[in-house]
Amino acid sequence: MTQMTFARAINAGLRKSLENDPKVILLGEDIGTLGGVFRVTDGLQKDFGKHRVVDTPLAESAIMGTAVGLAYRGYRPVVEIQFDGFIYPAFDQIVSQVAKLHYRTQGAVKMPITVRVPFGGGIGSPEHHSESPEAYFTHTSGLRVVTVSNPQDAHTVIQQAISCDDPVLYFEPKRRYHDKGEVDESIDPGSAIPMDKARVLTEGTDVTLVAYGPLVKTARDAATAATDEGISIEVIDLRSLAPVDYATVEASVRKTGRLVVTHEAGQSGGVGAEVAASITERCFYHLEAAPVRVTGFDIPYPYSKLEMHHVPGLDRILDGVDRALGRPNSLSGLEG
Amino acid sequence: MSTDEAGQGGPSAGGPGNSAEDHGGSGGNLIQLVTPAGERISHPEFDPWVQEITDENLCSLYEDMMVVRRIDVEATALQRQGELALWPPLLGQEASQIGSGRALRDDDFVFSSYRENGVAYCRGVGLTDIIRVWRGNASAGWDPYTINMATPQIIIGAQTLHATGYAMGIQNDGADSVAITYFGDGATSEGDVNEAMVFAASFQVPVVFFCQNNQWAISEPVRLQSHIQLADRATGFGIPSMRVDGNDVLAVMAATRVALDRARRGGGPTFIEAVTYRMGPHTTADDPTRYRDPNELEDWAAKDPISRVASLLERKGLFTEELQQHVHVKADAVAREMRLGCTTMPDPEPLDIFKHVYSSPNSWLDRQQDHYSRYLASFGDPAGAASEEGAR
Repeated sequence: MTQMTFARAINAGLRKSLENDPKVILLGEDIGTLGGVFRVTDGLQKDFGKHRVVDTPLAESAIMGTAVGLAYRGYRPVVEIQFDGFIYPAFDQIVSQVAKLHYRTQGAVKMPITVRVPFGGGIGSPEHHSESPEAYFTHTSGLRVVTVSNPQDAHTVIQQAISCDDPVLYFEPKRRYHDKGEVDESIDPGSAIPMDKARVLTEGTDVTLVAYGPLVKTARDAATAATDEGISIEVIDLRSLAPVDYATVEASVRKTGRLVVTHEAGQSGGVGAEVAASITERCFYHLEAAPVRVTGFDIPYPYSKLEMHHVPGLDRILDGVDRALGRPNSLSGLEG
Repeated sequence: MSTDEAGQGGPSAGGPGNSAEDHGGSGGNLIQLVTPAGERISHPEFDPWVQEITDENLCSLYEDMMVVRRIDVEATALQRQGELALWPPLLGQEASQIGSGRALRDDDFVFSSYRENGVAYCRGVGLTDIIRVWRGNASAGWDPYTINMATPQIIIGAQTLHATGYAMGIQNDGADSVAITYFGDGATSEGDVNEAMVFAASFQVPVVFFCQNNQWAISEPVRLQSHIQLADRATGFGIPSMRVDGNDVLAVMAATRVALDRARRGGGPTFIEAVTYRMGPHTTADDPTRYRDPNELEDWAAKDPISRVASLLERKGLFTEELQQHVHVKADAVAREMRLGCTTMPDPEPLDIFKHVYSSPNSWLDRQQDHYSRYLASFGDPAGAASEEGAR
């Protein structure tokens, strides 16, 4: 076990994949000489060369489109999108090509592309640097979408994503990059918990709280705080957003009877909506209350002085928990 | 935190462009080896690239173009008869497609748009496979690796990036094969095509940008796309370009060979503008009489790529009754085979829609498939279950 930061854990995972498979190739802006604007790829070009850790011109659609061509040629490209808000120029290549080529060619052409996306807010950045675009991609069939919430998962899941034959969007919570955690680098990604499985982090009996990415830490803190009031929260790190591991969430909700989902992304058409709807379909008669969503608002990501009004924090999550439990909360007395 | 630090390094980054090299620079002069009247004219620079073309080869190119035109006519007829949902004719572009397609090696890889059925023919595509997509039986007609040609790309220009990425892979592998990408005049306005040229030039990868300027992007004339000749656009990217008579099969072959040779020798990308004409509609759903002057079609008919080769063969005394009969029989046989393949193509099964979305099990989709198969099973006739009128 080694103490390392979140960013270093991804770096170590990338290094392992580069070592284990000569077909792994990294593409992105500033990922080589500089080591990435967050230093996630620090030192990799020096050790693996300019042909395997490629600094590209500044064109996201081209980065993604050339990754498609490399995949055609048998490579396993790992693309870095520098910031969440810069992924949109690549949207067409992701949605129309990366996601569909395996289907289009009836399995003949594999697209084992991993797209690393630093996402989420809370770092005081200007516009386009703090977005949570995951729902655009969970809505796109053919893609797998995963998030990581701690250094160990970051290290393991990046390797699982790269070895997966399907395209994977790997969302990294950028405000947690400097958080430290224990990482066991000897864990075999092939025998670790699969990347499309959720994980119950803290067991509880009163309410199921589903979070992913940067809000997992907040959700755990909320659960700890709630024990002071005698509330027992079961926290689930969803990890995979496409597909969602409903079996794990459903088993929890059947036990607690209550569901709160939280994410930074806006509410409408978001992952929370999908989880709430699916769980309602699957175990309606086990629900004691309507599912509750605690999310960012349906606004463009705001300027940084006010961003923490948009990003759900511990208190807003607990307010949502109170709503699910029928306890006094900020919306008490409001209908609907 | 911004993307203002220009990327450097990578495969051959910063390598010298070779725009000043042979055939480089402005593509202003149209390369032509055979006049519309069928006269072989000498071109010291490009003659050597087709000097080994024998009389027999010439007859064979004529045959290819005739067969491809017949495929095109037959497929259009199949669409009119309701056997195909749509067809994008290549009528008039046979020389561009056969001349370039026949210049390729088996280990080269083609990334094309949806109109390159002539190129696909050169790659040895199955005749039924050509029309699978257009009948609505599949989203791709063939396994790209069997003929080293990606299946038709419908998003305009997207394939140019795939070719460039594939060429990056060739370069990494140390191979001497080439990726060639086909696109039209309209595509040159797309960001992807421009980005592809940036990447190809930066990394000096073995890719050929083959632009068929057929003058029209559905209803939009080429002058709406560009105020300069398309070949000259490449110059700005540091990519050498050529402007070739796209209705002259020999000139197209020579130009393509020049580009392929440069790529194989590590000389990087080349842009070819093949000046041709889309004599038919954009697709069978289009009506060009709404936007095109009929005189224009007449002008281009006089430059028809096939009658040009026929005239050349005639001048050489090769356009014999025997040749014409042979080509006629071959074209008929091909058309017959394609029609039979079309009308006897088995319909796909309903649950095929769930296949190959992912390469391994996916809990969401598996559940949807399970539910839909139960739904289908609840009907006596699964086909009726999916009809708009319903089966109840």
